[in-house]
Amino acid sequence: MSESLNEYPPLVAKRGRGMLRRRFRMQSELHIMALPVVLILILYNYIPMFGLVIAFKRLQVNLGILRSPWVGFQNFRFFFSSPDAWRVTRNTVGMNFLFIFTTNFSALILALAMNEVRRRGILKFYQTIYFLPYFLSWVVVGFMLYGMLNRFGLVNAFLTRTFGIEPIRFYDTPGYWPVILLLVRIWKGIGYASVVYYAGLMAIDPGFYEAARIDGATKFQEITKISIPLISPIIAMLIILAFGHVFRGDFGMFWHLPRLDRNGILKPTVDIIDTYVYNSLRIIGDIGIASAVNFYQAFVGLVLVLTVNRITRGISAEHALY
Amino acid sequence: MSADAVTRIKAKRTSSGRVAGGKQGLSRGSTIGLHVGLTILAILCLIPMLVVISTSFSSESDVKENGYPIIVRDFSLDAYEQLIGRSSRTIIDAYVDTVMVSGVGTFLSLFACSMAAYVLARRNFFLRTHLTFFIFFTMLFNGGLVPTYIVITQIYSLQDTFWVLVLPLVVVPWYILILRTFMQGISYELIESAKIDGASEFRIFGTIILPLAKPGLACIGLFILLRYWNSWFEAMLYINRSDWQTLQLMLIRMQQRVEAMFDENSLIQTNLRIVDIPSETLRMAMVVVAAGPMLIVFPFFQKYFVRGLTIGSVKG
Repeated sequence: MSESLNEYPPLVAKRGRGMLRRRFRMQSELHIMALPVVLILILYNYIPMFGLVIAFKRLQVNLGILRSPWVGFQNFRFFFSSPDAWRVTRNTVGMNFLFIFTTNFSALILALAMNEVRRRGILKFYQTIYFLPYFLSWVVVGFMLYGMLNRFGLVNAFLTRTFGIEPIRFYDTPGYWPVILLLVRIWKGIGYASVVYYAGLMAIDPGFYEAARIDGATKFQEITKISIPLISPIIAMLIILAFGHVFRGDFGMFWHLPRLDRNGILKPTVDIIDTYVYNSLRIIGDIGIASAVNFYQAFVGLVLVLTVNRITRGISAEHALY
Repeated sequence: MSADAVTRIKAKRTSSGRVAGGKQGLSRGSTIGLHVGLTILAILCLIPMLVVISTSFSSESDVKENGYPIIVRDFSLDAYEQLIGRSSRTIIDAYVDTVMVSGVGTFLSLFACSMAAYVLARRNFFLRTHLTFFIFFTMLFNGGLVPTYIVITQIYSLQDTFWVLVLPLVVVPWYILILRTFMQGISYELIESAKIDGASEFRIFGTIILPLAKPGLACIGLFILLRYWNSWFEAMLYINRSDWQTLQLMLIRMQQRVEAMFDENSLIQTNLRIVDIPSETLRMAMVVVAAGPMLIVFPFFQKYFVRGLTIGSVKG
């Protein structure tokens, strides 16, 4: 993208103010067309960015954001001296890393398998089914999971009937949840993710496979020596880019699946930064803590994105975000 | 390679319905293994959905005794009768609101995003670099939940309005970039000649760009529609009125009621009667009613989703 942006350098700098005004008038219609997006971004994205300062204030509703008193790092001290800080950071980053590697790995395996299906009709049929969970919201998935794991749920019904054991209290046992969330994550995202890899596999020149076959390569060799090496740049890029977002968790998933609305028992393993901020803001009502954690997330998140992009640009400029 | 193998491959190539390509086919055993594996995965994908649907059509006593079923054991429409009898108004209202939000939102979002995409696709637009950065920066950095919440509720006072469900979701930078890529494929001579004939930009956009970009618009439009239909975060955050809800919010609230019931420490527990607890089957019936339509409609448009994904991943 960087080359195309520089193709038409802005003429403004060279030709002075009069030119600027003329060009502005000449393309006034284009400006009007861009206006809705610009306005909405200002209102819902840029103005809230300035709202980050409330992390350093004690917000008083009657005074408003600007006139509320400054309190320095007080809100931060409060958060970082509590055990919550380590717990939510560890859960957010840890679960994200777990998700990145396992979802990419399983999507790759599925794409390789789908690549061997010869009949287009059957392939489409599989793909449609794998894609279905993608159309569900986390709220709905939360209900489905409840149908699987609650006291009368499918899993417990199965365990009781086959092994005669007592129902497992999934919703009271934090230890199960990293695995449960991981499985649900794969279930919901695999259809979507495998499409990207499948498209990558389709783009490989069939000549490579023909040549390999003439040389007597086995199917396994075709996969390990042609398919995987040729799509590994895509995999590497997707993984590296995902690293830029490890500080932001999927709120919907971590809120609705373990039912954090009231269920605090699971917090040791499923409370992430996003759920912690929401909980502080809307349930406990402590804006000070909420805004400090929010600032911490935004700041570290930005640093991560910038670092990751710098690394990406070093490896392959065309894949860098900017 | 034996002559036999060559003819086998040739036969494969010519038989209809097969994907063309230079790869060798699998042996019969591996093919069976492959399909068994893919079918098992497909079944695993479907089971959670089947459980919800089957439970909604089961009798409450069967569910309590034998657990949630994969396939209906004791067919009963009790849950749906209860649903229609007790809360049909709520559900119809929630449907109307969801359709309104999704309809208005998808229209506005597609309109705004495609116009911005067109402006960005015009290479001679003199603020192009700045505008691209302005839009793109929001993908890298945002204020986060707390400042957004405070600005929307304290400064704009948008809580409990229709627009709080629509406006925050209108602009999706990623979709603008995909649409821009799509529109850059339209030849610039076409625009140029229309300009010479005296057409305004709006006219060019309406009569040349939109028709030509239709496949891209259809695909992004579906992504946007899905996003609105499944959106719950704004509703959960900003809607406090109890008389007004979308389908997703209705599910969230039902869940909260149920949990309040089972929460042993809850003080309000005593104020709630046991009959207010939606039964297991009723809850699943509500899920079917809320999520069903999309599950039936969207798979038909799956190829558009796949296309959008590939445009995005290849050219992004």
